[in-house]
Amino acid sequence: MSRSIVLGDRVHCRFGDKGNTGLFVLAPYDLRDLDWLIAGATPERLAAFLGGMEPSQVRCHPCRQLGAMVVEVRDLLAGGVTASLAIDAHGKTLAGYLLSMSIPS
Amino acid sequence: MRRNAIKRPDGTLRIGAGAGFAGDRIDPAVELIEHGELDVLAFETLAERTIALAQLRRRSKSGAGFDERLTQRIGAVLASALNQRVLLITNGGAADPRGGGLAVRQVARDLGCASCRIAVVTGDDVLDRLDLDASAALDTGEPLAAYRGRIVSANAYLGAAPLVAALDSDPNIVVAGRTTDIALFLAPMIHAFGWSSDDWRTLAGGSVVGHLLECAGQLTGGYFADGDRKRVPRLARLGFPYADVNRDGTARFAKVAGSGGRLDRSTCLEQLLYEVTDPSAYLTPDVTIDFRAVEIVEPATDSVVISGANGHPPPATLKASIGIDGGFSGVGAISYAGLGCLGRARLAGEILRERWAEIYRRDPDQLHMSLIGMNSATPWKGLGTSEDAEPPEVRLRVAVQSMRHGEAQDLAREVEGLYTNGPAAGGGVETSVRETVAIISTLIPRQLVEPRIEVLE
Repeated sequence: MSRSIVLGDRVHCRFGDKGNTGLFVLAPYDLRDLDWLIAGATPERLAAFLGGMEPSQVRCHPCRQLGAMVVEVRDLLAGGVTASLAIDAHGKTLAGYLLSMSIPS
Repeated sequence: MRRNAIKRPDGTLRIGAGAGFAGDRIDPAVELIEHGELDVLAFETLAERTIALAQLRRRSKSGAGFDERLTQRIGAVLASALNQRVLLITNGGAADPRGGGLAVRQVARDLGCASCRIAVVTGDDVLDRLDLDASAALDTGEPLAAYRGRIVSANAYLGAAPLVAALDSDPNIVVAGRTTDIALFLAPMIHAFGWSSDDWRTLAGGSVVGHLLECAGQLTGGYFADGDRKRVPRLARLGFPYADVNRDGTARFAKVAGSGGRLDRSTCLEQLLYEVTDPSAYLTPDVTIDFRAVEIVEPATDSVVISGANGHPPPATLKASIGIDGGFSGVGAISYAGLGCLGRARLAGEILRERWAEIYRRDPDQLHMSLIGMNSATPWKGLGTSEDAEPPEVRLRVAVQSMRHGEAQDLAREVEGLYTNGPAAGGGVETSVRETVAIISTLIPRQLVEPRIEVLE
């Protein structure tokens, strides 16, 4: 049986928005965890965790030399910061939410 | 000697970040100018959201079209800047750069500053020149013509070139409107070092420096602290960053000794890739940046050296923010606590939906509902499921968007009506009705933009 690890145990995160697109920066505390992150944080898992989006809305951009990965999620923000009715129209709190996602160890 | 010139013996240009957004703190900029030995202090105070709000104020004549705190920010550092010959540069002109420039001139006069040259940069406003049939929304591909009659503003993102032209007039202060955040930092570098407009690697290096500085405290430990893993000392006195930029576009970053916060590889990495869609090709009007080979070295505590950015030619088009009349948003919220609070909050939501349909004959799916303390940050979860554990208290928040003020007002009143007509023990109702502008992005031909420089004295 493979165990699961909560992302926040090994990774830190900052969220940014561009229009209706959400952008997560995921960076492992320990560079040796980068391959684990890239293999485990798949578009399928990320899309499911972000409210059942289509995996095709999610693109992962690994930056191996920097030791980080950018996750781009299209149409995440219900019209973007100036149109969304959500209390956090930027989606900035989603950085914390995403770190509660588990992926296989 | 010209104000924006290399004065430091090591040949670097020292640029400080005085503000990273419209609502930023004022005191860190004062600390930087008094103790940072700066050459340039840049204030980035404009976002999609803030230029929308500025357009709204200008349109409704309810306030200034420039950043509401522009005069407060500049006033706090102006005397020191003039004494030390530090260049101030800002995009806080927002929807009215000339108005911002005039207000700053008044600040200088009130302070008794004898000589203060203010260069105002305009030309980002392309509302009159926009071809609605030839432009489409970036996110959706929908032609802008679909918004005809509702478009209230159109501002192109100016690059560094107009700001460099402004610096040629040897100002003390540059006040611009919609420029890229990076351009505020890149322009003084181009002007001081004489970089060529097709030296892509150097321009990319300088742009990365600007990108790291543009959110000010977010580089030095702001927006970073999280438990034991991400401790940040003395956030209450967070120090903003400055960079000593080298002629080749690399830079050493630091903050004022003794200020709060931290500056290291981790804080830089989060900011380096912040708001970047494709790290191999970040598009700006000046250069396309490839972040992937950037190196972050920590030569000392609270100091990093950044190098390794690659650059390519910029796109042929410019990005522009289009403001669309979004009508009104009405919001109401009410709290419930203790045993059964979740059930009572959900019942309140059901009551509002039923009344929206039966009394007002409107679609209840217009109502955006969330439970603060449960799932308001994950809007797709709605009001949750029966399996959710009950929190000690919960707050129902309901929002609606309408082109009619009365509809937004109806929602606010309905939430208030829950006091004596809704579930037991609801309290703390707060409501608001606000005018809104939605922003969409589009691409426009560069020749639509004709930047202009005006010097005020």
